[in-house]
Amino acid sequence: MSIPILEVVDLHASYGRIEVLRGVDLTIPKGAVMALLGPNGGGKSTLTKIISGQKAPTSGHVHLAGVNLRDAAPEDLARVGLCTVPEGRSVFPNLTVEENLTLMSYAGVPAEAVLETAFAYFPRLLERRKQLAGTMSGGEQQMLAMSRALASDPALLLLDELSMGLAPLIVDELYETVAQIAQSGVSILCIEQFARTALRVSDYAAVMTGGRIVATGEPEEIMATMSDVILGGAA
Amino acid sequence: MSHADAALDRGDALLRVEDVVVQFGGVTAVNHASFVAAAGVITGLIGPNGAGKTTCFNVITGLQRPTSGTIRFRGRNVTRMPVNRRAKRGMGRTFQRLEAFGSLTVRENVRVAHDIHAGLLGLVRPAKADVDGLLERVGIAAYAEERADSIPTGTARLLELARCLAGDPQLLLLDEPSSGQDESETDAFGELLKELAAEGRGIVMVEHDMDLVMSVCDEIHVLDFGTIIASGPPSMIRNDPAVQKAYLGYSDAEDPDSSDHTLTDLPAVETTQQIPVVTS
Amino acid sequence: MSSFLAYTIFGLFSGAAYAIAASGLVLTYTTTRVFNIAHGAFGMVLSYLFWDFSVKQGLPIWLSLVLVLFVVAPAIGWFIARFVAKGLGEAPVSVSLVVTVGLLVGCIGFATQVYKPEARTVLPFFPETSFSLGETNITAHQVITILASIAVAVGLYLLLNRTRIGTAMRASVDNPELLKLFGGKPEAVATLSWMIGISLAGLGGILLVSTVGLDTYSLTLLVINAYAAAMLGRLKSLPLTFLGAMGLGLLSSYAPVYLPQEGLIGSVDNVVPALFLFIVIVAMPQAQLRIGQVKGIVSAPLPSLPKALGWGAALLVFVALLSGTASEANLLLVGTAATYAIVMLSLVLLTGYGGHVSLAQFTFAGVGALTYAKLDEPNLYGLLVSALVAAGVGALVALPVLRLTGLYLALSTLAFAAIMDKMLFQADFAFGFNGTLPAERLSILGMSITSTSGYVFVMAAFFVLMAFALLLVRRGVIGRMLIAMRDSPAACGTLGLDMRWFRVGLFAASAGMAGLAGGLYAGLRQSVGAAEFQFFNSLPLLLLAVVLGVTSVTGAALGGTGLMLLYNYPDAQGLLFILIAVGAVLLGRNPNGLAIYLFRLGNWLQGRLGPVLLSRLPALPADDERPASRNDDSVVEEDETTVTSTVVAGRPAGEPREVPAHVAR
Repeated sequence: MSIPILEVVDLHASYGRIEVLRGVDLTIPKGAVMALLGPNGGGKSTLTKIISGQKAPTSGHVHLAGVNLRDAAPEDLARVGLCTVPEGRSVFPNLTVEENLTLMSYAGVPAEAVLETAFAYFPRLLERRKQLAGTMSGGEQQMLAMSRALASDPALLLLDELSMGLAPLIVDELYETVAQIAQSGVSILCIEQFARTALRVSDYAAVMTGGRIVATGEPEEIMATMSDVILGGAA
Repeated sequence: MSHADAALDRGDALLRVEDVVVQFGGVTAVNHASFVAAAGVITGLIGPNGAGKTTCFNVITGLQRPTSGTIRFRGRNVTRMPVNRRAKRGMGRTFQRLEAFGSLTVRENVRVAHDIHAGLLGLVRPAKADVDGLLERVGIAAYAEERADSIPTGTARLLELARCLAGDPQLLLLDEPSSGQDESETDAFGELLKELAAEGRGIVMVEHDMDLVMSVCDEIHVLDFGTIIASGPPSMIRNDPAVQKAYLGYSDAEDPDSSDHTLTDLPAVETTQQIPVVTS
Repeated sequence: MSSFLAYTIFGLFSGAAYAIAASGLVLTYTTTRVFNIAHGAFGMVLSYLFWDFSVKQGLPIWLSLVLVLFVVAPAIGWFIARFVAKGLGEAPVSVSLVVTVGLLVGCIGFATQVYKPEARTVLPFFPETSFSLGETNITAHQVITILASIAVAVGLYLLLNRTRIGTAMRASVDNPELLKLFGGKPEAVATLSWMIGISLAGLGGILLVSTVGLDTYSLTLLVINAYAAAMLGRLKSLPLTFLGAMGLGLLSSYAPVYLPQEGLIGSVDNVVPALFLFIVIVAMPQAQLRIGQVKGIVSAPLPSLPKALGWGAALLVFVALLSGTASEANLLLVGTAATYAIVMLSLVLLTGYGGHVSLAQFTFAGVGALTYAKLDEPNLYGLLVSALVAAGVGALVALPVLRLTGLYLALSTLAFAAIMDKMLFQADFAFGFNGTLPAERLSILGMSITSTSGYVFVMAAFFVLMAFALLLVRRGVIGRMLIAMRDSPAACGTLGLDMRWFRVGLFAASAGMAGLAGGLYAGLRQSVGAAEFQFFNSLPLLLLAVVLGVTSVTGAALGGTGLMLLYNYPDAQGLLFILIAVGAVLLGRNPNGLAIYLFRLGNWLQGRLGPVLLSRLPALPADDERPASRNDDSVVEEDETTVTSTVVAGRPAGEPREVPAHVAR
């Protein structure tokens, strides 16, 4: 078996005295799409922050394609192929669409190629290339954010709450893009509140609550046990 | 007819949010939202993350100017009224991102609120008894001497509630008051809310804990993508297809077992994100 | 007509130089959120270096230029970005202001230390060459300056809009964390912008130095022009900044010619930039209340009342002993220290408790002194009126800037101070140009205090009384509200507090305290002039207050003494300035300053020596150690008497400190 693209081993993390991750173990095989679900305050966002290098764990390890990420800076991780789309609008509102796309070339793909890919997938961005990103609708902004995932051909794509604040139809559209990216062989960790949408595009799913992964498995299994987990996990 | 409708029929609508729109650049955070909150009634405001709930609160309290729309509070248009005057009129709120006075103790926090409410009278009347009573009431008297930036989140939320109550508000706007509390604390909190409503206060609550919302709210408004997509008593909201859609995120009937899952089954959502308040 | 053209050309020339400097300021601010108050000071230092290279060392002009602008300036920028400004953008505005004021004072210290006063001239570029435009001449230097400003404008536009690193600069303003996830390096971006910014400050300075002259203070203060221009562009827009700079250049060029020269209006031309700055800031749009904050600022421990009394008495005894022995000259120094200490108390109220930064405290003291001298009522009534007038002026300043916070508020006080300094204080009805006014010593309840020693004791008594009052305020309703407003303005608003009037009151009270100090000072010196209240002096005042602890009364006492010493050693002033600047840069992030370490030391000593001493004094009741937070009145009475005695015993007596070190967190 090949080396998993992401391996999280006994990860602990805390904010001040409050421990939010209490020994997280998670493995994503190369080329797989993993949905990470779970209730409020379960530690999902903290986990993304640690994988992307934005927060240091108190103990435990994260391996990306077999390499330990200890003390790696987020900008360095981004340059070696970890593409993180954080929750909220992950575009620069006061830059034009084109300028946003130009900055995506920091991940290693030339700017022209980024522009080409983005405009090919989302013709609407081409129409608005000179518009400030902050003046576009939420869905268009999220398309722009997804362009980075599309164009940079990452080793691992981290998607945090892609659907937040968006109308269901637009969410569907975005998830079609996620499916396309997945088909091109990119490994994806997809954190979602919209359980069902995320499960539809994923190969595996995990449920996180109370700072631990409490269930992993095929999407169908997880869906079936989801309500138990959530109700049980509320305590 | 729901409890709230009955209250409204008696004409005691405390708060009317009328056709409020808030835009940040091209993003519409609140889109023609209208709802009413009555005295003595607990109104729930729920919806997925980023649906515009906190922005609604900011508009109601005056921290955010709406792009258009009107806020009426106790029969008066307060849309252009400054934050502090709305508070003096009887509006109190807590914050999703805590706004406790970190370098003061818990008791001092409440005391400041008491002093602000008392105005000049506060200079002659000792506030200690009232303050301790409030701390007792919300159940944080044990923390009275702790600095507010050193107490757990759940406790800090109760502190914000106590601070708010020091001003004896008629309308309480609570932004995710139960997050950071455990199950037993949440139960006690639900009881406290019911008591407060029984005193005749109107309560509007943004909350992700569906058990709490369903058990204490008399009336629920569901906000999605900045728009109110459903309103009604818990029993109605629980089975509303539009609500299911908003939470589950599928847009057609392709999913066969959708009816198996009701709102209480849902994963509650992360609470760390908030639409930033930007200069309009 | 030809003279009009000449003034226009001169205006455009100076406007072009301002524009270059201002664009550097805007560049650093937009990419790092640090407003570099020291921008002009760096221009000044670099101008001196240019003089050093080209005149003193005799290097060719072009080589000196290259060395200064492309080697030294970027090196300074790199150093600041890496070691001084790192993380400053996210810090509270008061912190970044203090640190950059520290840089400013440090630059001045460096210049005064290295370049002792002597006649220095820097010639304009190509001094012999000029072109004639009809009847008017335009020098090559002026042409070069205008061309340079155009080159800078075009260069910056291309950098920010046509290059990836420039785009990243703009992106890092919005969201540096996201830029990292994109793979960009916000730190590299910030470093680059500091390097360019300092270099542009240098270029602006060098272009102006042949006109302004190589003078430390005037070159540094030229930056007010840059602030004003940058403020017109809301610190964001480079085109508006250029426009503002040009407009300001023209205005300052026309003002002395076309404005009437008599009376108060006649002095307007001295303050055109400051006036412009003040007006632009007042016209700024309202800022939203900040939301999302829990972390309180660590505050200095609050002493219990008896302990404060004990230390106050100790200080008075110390001063009384001093007055008995010290020479007249030294007594005057002690009095001056007391004045400064009282002014610092006003900063404890405003900055330490309230969280607002003012760069005009000496100006308020000046108003107090002026009123005291003019009123000629050398008694408590006259002193009270002086304080009230200063308070009124403070309220008047606060009114138009009610809506402003942080940086804008501080800059508006700076502009106000500059206006008062150059216009009002030097007017005939005030101190007069370079003039002084006589003042009489205070008499209290008909008892005239003529001896210097007695007067100094009275001043110390005033300090102790005011410090005591301040501590009482901090303990009470108002003190809690001040802290609450500092911690969360949004929560205060939603609790029903009308913060505007509170802030006006706060400013007025603080200005009143400074005014009282001014009045006392006038009586001490028996003659006062505008020179003693130059607005620049408010900068070291702020620094010393912060370095020694702006959250505690002790810090004020130490700071007052420090400031007196600072001005009393003119030979070492440069070094002392540098020392304070380093202190500000190191300690600027903790407003409790050195005082907090003293409290901790005291605490430690008490922990070590207290038990020993107590065991030797069995008659005294035991001192029970309690947890820290004891701001509540009810617990105050319990453990005081013994603590006072042990603390006093545990330290060298007679240190001018009145706040004991018992409760520290």
